[in-house]
Amino acid sequence: MPNSHQVKIAIQDVSFTYSDGTEALRNISFDVYTNEIFVLFGPSRSGKSTLLKLLNRLSDLSEGATIRGGILFNGQDVFDHRVNVATLRRQISMVFAIPTPLPGSIRDNLTYGLRMGGIRSIDVLNERIERSLKQAALWDEVKDRLDKSAFALSGGQQQRLCLARSLAMEPDVIVLDNPTSGLDPLSTETVEESLQELKQRYTIIIVPHSVQQATRIADRAAFLLDGDLIEIGQATDIFVAPQDKRTEDYITGRFG
Amino acid sequence: MSDEPVRPKPYVGLFSQVSPSDRLRLRGIIDFVIERLIQFAGVSTIFIVGLIFFFLIREGLPAFLDIPLRQLFGGRWYPIDDFFGLWPLIVGSILVTVGAIVIAIPLGLTTAIYLGEFAPQWQREILKPLIEVLAGIPSIVLGFLGWVVLAPIVQRLGAPTGLTVFTGSLILAYMSLPTIISISEDALYAVPKEYRDGALAIGATQWQAVWRVVLPSARSGLVIAIMLGIGRAIGETMAVMMVTGNAANVPGLGLDMLFQPVRTMTATIAAEMGEVAQGSLHYSVLFAIGIVLFVITFGINSLAGRLMGTQAGRRRKENI
Repeated sequence: MPNSHQVKIAIQDVSFTYSDGTEALRNISFDVYTNEIFVLFGPSRSGKSTLLKLLNRLSDLSEGATIRGGILFNGQDVFDHRVNVATLRRQISMVFAIPTPLPGSIRDNLTYGLRMGGIRSIDVLNERIERSLKQAALWDEVKDRLDKSAFALSGGQQQRLCLARSLAMEPDVIVLDNPTSGLDPLSTETVEESLQELKQRYTIIIVPHSVQQATRIADRAAFLLDGDLIEIGQATDIFVAPQDKRTEDYITGRFG
Repeated sequence: MSDEPVRPKPYVGLFSQVSPSDRLRLRGIIDFVIERLIQFAGVSTIFIVGLIFFFLIREGLPAFLDIPLRQLFGGRWYPIDDFFGLWPLIVGSILVTVGAIVIAIPLGLTTAIYLGEFAPQWQREILKPLIEVLAGIPSIVLGFLGWVVLAPIVQRLGAPTGLTVFTGSLILAYMSLPTIISISEDALYAVPKEYRDGALAIGATQWQAVWRVVLPSARSGLVIAIMLGIGRAIGETMAVMMVTGNAANVPGLGLDMLFQPVRTMTATIAAEMGEVAQGSLHYSVLFAIGIVLFVITFGINSLAGRLMGTQAGRRRKENI
């Protein structure tokens, strides 16, 4: 448990409006601490994914959207025009709900980002491949077929490959948008276990698959509803004794 | 108000007055008739293609029998003096088509990539319909443009005449561009958005994402786009006839062969068909040209089919 409360990401009064006028986020402010698993939960369309995409500026892809407020990553504003977006995305790496293996072999998938980052040494690449696959709990299953197509893996393996791909970049923060949505219970457990190990090295922000998953993995959690931040707190508090009626209703399954 | 319970109305349909066993038999008959109708439609298409091929062979065969093959594929095409050498026509067709492909593929693919991946929404909304309009321009109009506008420019570049291989290739390239652009743009559009996000999320620049991820994923669609574009180029007649000069000569090897007039196979058939006596040797030679053209396009199509077949096969294997 991080007692130091060293702030990794500070979200300051952020609002986000899509080009069609839909307000996805309204005046959101909170901090994410170093080496914690921070869970963002809430019903669908509450703004969780939008918030995640703001962190590494994947939001740049939605044309005509309006962003207000600021996000500080290690004290630097990510919306600053001097920020190199590609570098930022290497530091704040993202894994999506649907596995997104890239065309090519398992090895290609893992080294792809590294090569773009300028790493060419075969030794370094091989070392990163092995370590990241181990961290994503995939090494034993694929170590003999690294040169086979990534599409030949099962859905669960593909998702862990995407996680390994992010880890291989040695990011600072890992952002996971519902990473276990397509996984079977066993793979889900594997991923959840590796998250607990990964937080020793990384800061993890995750949108969980369910409230149950949130309670299993969270250090701290924030509840979003219709673009508003309703409640934020330690997992031991927010899931046990939520302060807000709406949070309680959602956790106990009264809606959502 | 009656307390009578509401009974469901009896089913009144086409066969409701027919006894159940008859109904089954009737259904069987209708099924049979529909099946035969579909079969007839399908088979007749194949049958008609077969007929066309048979007709082509029947009319063209005398040329192959009466003229020694050496002369038939020789270099002299002077029908009036009974010299029927197809070589200049074949070379002319190949030169113009290859030229068109070399111009059209890079232009078409880059346009599609720009439209699909880089252009802002408002540009896309203007450019896409414009490209559809380009596809709708009748080929004769493009030929006319080539003659009046393009040919003088080519001549000013230093060619002996403006009606050359290069002029024809340019016009053909423009004719196949809309096909190539719109089909490859569809292929790019079909690449799941997640692939791009996945690449961007690990720090790829937009161009890296396109080059390393989007293009490889869209590969088979892009091949189809190019093949269809080439198909349009090879079969085109009128525009080519107007701008290539129609001189049945074999240009000597070298860069300047692009700036000499040639005559294509299609243009020869179109130009001379109206003037020959039916049943004459000249007449069957024109059909022989048709056969050669048929063999060439068939070869290209089956090559493309095999290329795509192996690709589809590989992908299927990958997905297991």
